[in-house]
Amino acid sequence: MNDFLSVTDYLLEGFTVTLELFGLTLLLALPIGLIICFGSMSKFKPLRWLVRTFVWIIRGTPLMLQLIIVYYGPGLIFNAGLLPRFPAALIAFVINYSCYFSEIYRGGIESVSRGQYEAGYVLGMTKTQIFFKIVLLQVIKNIVPPMSNEIITLVKDTSLARIIAVYEIIWCGQDYIKMAGLIWPLFYTAAFYLAFCGLLTLLFGYIEKRLSYFRS
Amino acid sequence: MAILQVKNIKKRFGKTEVLKGIDFQLEKGEVLSIIGSSGSGKTTLLRCLNFLEFAEEGTISVDGEVIFDGKARKSLKDAEIRKNRLHFGLVFQNFNLFPQYNVLRNVTLAPNMLKIDTPENIEKHARELIERVGLTDRIEHYPCQLSGGQKQRVAIARALAMNPDILCFDEPTSALDPELTGEVLNVIKSLKSSDSTMIVVTHEIEFARDVADKIIFMDEGVIAEEGTPEQVIGNPKNPRTQAFLSRFNQTFA
Ligand SMILES: Nc1ncnc2c1ncn2[C@@H]1O[C@H](COP(=O)(O)OP(=O)(O)O)[C@@H](O)[C@H]1O
Ligand SMILES: [Mg+2]
Repeated sequence: MNDFLSVTDYLLEGFTVTLELFGLTLLLALPIGLIICFGSMSKFKPLRWLVRTFVWIIRGTPLMLQLIIVYYGPGLIFNAGLLPRFPAALIAFVINYSCYFSEIYRGGIESVSRGQYEAGYVLGMTKTQIFFKIVLLQVIKNIVPPMSNEIITLVKDTSLARIIAVYEIIWCGQDYIKMAGLIWPLFYTAAFYLAFCGLLTLLFGYIEKRLSYFRS
Repeated sequence: MAILQVKNIKKRFGKTEVLKGIDFQLEKGEVLSIIGSSGSGKTTLLRCLNFLEFAEEGTISVDGEVIFDGKARKSLKDAEIRKNRLHFGLVFQNFNLFPQYNVLRNVTLAPNMLKIDTPENIEKHARELIERVGLTDRIEHYPCQLSGGQKQRVAIARALAMNPDILCFDEPTSALDPELTGEVLNVIKSLKSSDSTMIVVTHEIEFARDVADKIIFMDEGVIAEEGTPEQVIGNPKNPRTQAFLSRFNQTFA
């Protein structure tokens, strides 16, 4: 169980969990972040402040702590049973990353100048037409760099789920220390992260390049 | 009958009254130039005409029809506002071209979206306009590949593509390097000969004297003086106009 291939095999199992956590977090946090973003830009002040306070709390506290709170919190506060580990981790990640994404969206939307909207208005366009035909692509272009940073951070942050014993790749690597006294499998996990982040870097580089034909 | 009649327009931002009752009218094909020091309310007036701001009082009539009444501004529907806007075009100080579209698309975008004609006719008309502002060789370029003067000429073509009754310019050359103002002013001048009705806010006094049929000097939210270029620029009666123009002659002579 300690030769290279079987270690690779076992770590791949852990990495599948890592990727599931990564993929599902992304899938949920991208749209939820947009909703939070609209809340934080709402013209209705109480809602805006509520949302901004929430975002401030989430961004101002460690994700590791949030994982522990989501996992143990319901049991301690409501005497409820523990959530299964993976869903608990997913919930914490989605909350955390939605807040980060919402701020990126907000920055992207606010960086489109009033003049762009006004140019649309004086040409007789509707708000919806202006948003979809003029503003949206500029927002996308603006947010690709910060988004790619955040998404690559997410890949590595998934390892924090280890704190509530989600069997992601770091956990699997650590298994070898306990089981066989081997440390190299833990170091070897880095290769998986590197390969995946490299892939993402290429992907985002491609998107950035596709959008480089204009400057806003 | 006057194509545009503006009566008693008043506009305030919070406590400050920025427009204190503006009246003027414009005949079809006339060019009106508005001059005045910074902060006198020129931009706000153009924005009220284009419904980017809403005057609290006063009326705006186009071709004899009242299209806006300050008293009824709260009950205006979005669709009405959009329809009213089509009477006017606005060329901004800083162009506000759409960066993700090339020159042709910048000009055809709104006409196509609003389906004012068939796509073929819209494109044909757009190409003519781009030709008129002298940018046929740049038709596939994106705004970031153009100089300031070229951008402003595209912005003019874009505004013309919606066939506005009255085209407004808000200091169209003040964001440009001095050597690029000429090309933009020449385009505006050429529109005059094609009978466009225009309102040009400008600090180019010589240009105003040259092109305008009528000049308005604005000061602290009121029209302090108005008349022909010979009257207002050549022979100003109001001491404020005199002071303004002499400051200009000092700085720009
Ligand atoms: N959106 C706004 N909110 C508050 N004050 C404004 C706003 N727009 C313009 N103003 C004020 O109105 C006055 C007239 O401004 P403006 O119409 O831009 O003058 P001009 O174009 O002649 O320089 C200025 O004192 C300016 O500070
Ligand atoms: Mg101004």
